[in-house]
Amino acid sequence: MFGMYTMYWLAGVYDVHILLAAIAAIGLVSIMGLLVHILIISPILGSPPINQLLATGGLLFFLQSVATLMWSIEFRNLGLKLPILEYNEMYFSYARLLAFGVALVGMAAVYLFLTRTYIGAAIRAISQDREIMVLMGVDERKVYWVTAAIGGGLAGLAACLLVLQYDVHPFVGISFGPITFIICVLGGLGNMLGGFLAAFILSIIISIGGLYSETEWGYVLAFVFFIVVMFIRPQGLLGKK
Amino acid sequence: MGKSFPYIIGIALLAVPFVAPAYPLHLIIMILIWSLVYTAWSLMGRFGLVSLGHGAFMSIGAYVTALLWNYGGISPWIGIPAAMITAAMMALLVAYPCFQFKIVGHYFALVTLALSEVVKLVIIACRDSTGGSLGFTPERHGDGTSIFAFQFADKEEFYFVVLIAWGIGLLIWRAVDRSMIRFALDSISEDEDASAAAGVHVTASKLKITMLSAVLTALGGALYCQYQMFIGPEVIGGIGISLQIVFAVVVGGLYTMLGPTIGAIITLLMVEIFRNLITSLRNDGIDLAGLDTTVYGLMLILFIIFLPKGVLGEAIDRLAGGKRRSQG
Repeated sequence: MFGMYTMYWLAGVYDVHILLAAIAAIGLVSIMGLLVHILIISPILGSPPINQLLATGGLLFFLQSVATLMWSIEFRNLGLKLPILEYNEMYFSYARLLAFGVALVGMAAVYLFLTRTYIGAAIRAISQDREIMVLMGVDERKVYWVTAAIGGGLAGLAACLLVLQYDVHPFVGISFGPITFIICVLGGLGNMLGGFLAAFILSIIISIGGLYSETEWGYVLAFVFFIVVMFIRPQGLLGKK
Repeated sequence: MGKSFPYIIGIALLAVPFVAPAYPLHLIIMILIWSLVYTAWSLMGRFGLVSLGHGAFMSIGAYVTALLWNYGGISPWIGIPAAMITAAMMALLVAYPCFQFKIVGHYFALVTLALSEVVKLVIIACRDSTGGSLGFTPERHGDGTSIFAFQFADKEEFYFVVLIAWGIGLLIWRAVDRSMIRFALDSISEDEDASAAAGVHVTASKLKITMLSAVLTALGGALYCQYQMFIGPEVIGGIGISLQIVFAVVVGGLYTMLGPTIGAIITLLMVEIFRNLITSLRNDGIDLAGLDTTVYGLMLILFIIFLPKGVLGEAIDRLAGGKRRSQG
């Protein structure tokens, strides 16, 4: 949401070049990710996982309301019209194609980072066992900070892509929240290919459901699908036990 | 003093409708209804069963009661138990496989989160009979109070209804607290496999508490519906309400009988105070919409970091600590 607002203010209101605005948005959100980690997550890393979930939920409320206070609940958009591609009577919105392409590249980059670099290996290791890693001489704090910043940066990237298609308002984040969680878990936490597959399956279920009757039924089907998959494969579609 | 304290509170509670003006009375009724729901949630929440699906049970409680009344003419006296049974069935349907396949922690929270979205979306999608996002109003049964329709013209009468319901909720909480199942669930929340090995029937214990919690939540939803005479899918269900329930309990205190009630008092009063403040500021030309939830969100984060046991839990700890120090 803040990434989208950054894009809106810089590119939409102050006429900064859109690529510069995107870089600013990604930077800002990754700094926010880092701050959230330092201020909120690290003090409660040792407490039950549910508290961490709730604290970030509280943060969501907080940020939404701050945005409401500052910019009110009006829907705003960039007012940017991207052309629509036509191919064999199929219509593709350019914004969506761009989002698809950039998301693919971003995913590949993160995958390479996690598997090919030292710090990437450290991130994967720390997610497996938090205590042992420290004994192995890895600076736990540094790893967490890098992870938080990258996580924020990716959210910023997503914001840049979303702002091309959707209006910005303080509650835009929560409209993606539940489905994002569910896609991550459905794919298997920490499994990128699984996440990709889950996102694909859920989108298709929602679209097909929406095609045959009202959109809500598409979402109902998607959520029910998630519940049922959790029963059969709690570790996610591609997750390992 | 210690022994007579509950009686003083009890008499004060009975006297409330005779002294309180309409607006505070309305607030107290809302606090009691929500306290019932929060207490119901903490029944299972305190054992590490964090459900984000209680919005679903609350909507079921309200919508089943109201739909049966409007379309079937069935009195809420039958409708409310029917709604409670429906909620129990729903809990069974989702929770049994969850517990059987050992879905715990974050995963359980997410499955129940999906449940609350499913119920909300189904209500919205069936807009022809439920009114969809616009909400739903149970039909008035003539003017004034009707016992048959469970509709009350005066807040005073309804106050006693919710007071009884809230009291039942607390009694159930205490009964669970003193029963064997509490020890079973405590050990399950520590280590499932070990307690299964020690002879605890893990799935059955968890199912019992989950269904009990769902039933009480549905009762809360039905009472909300009968009191407000208006329900909406986002007003009593969906992720927003599910999170609100969890937050309020965390603020009040998860592990004590009156913790959820304290949580309801704090959160509802805060919302009301800020709402009034914002309205009066708006009359002065200052628009601060969103201030209430800003403080709310900030408070939640601070509570979870600094007071994870909640206000009441912390207060009891402090008092107990003080006593021990003065004795020793």
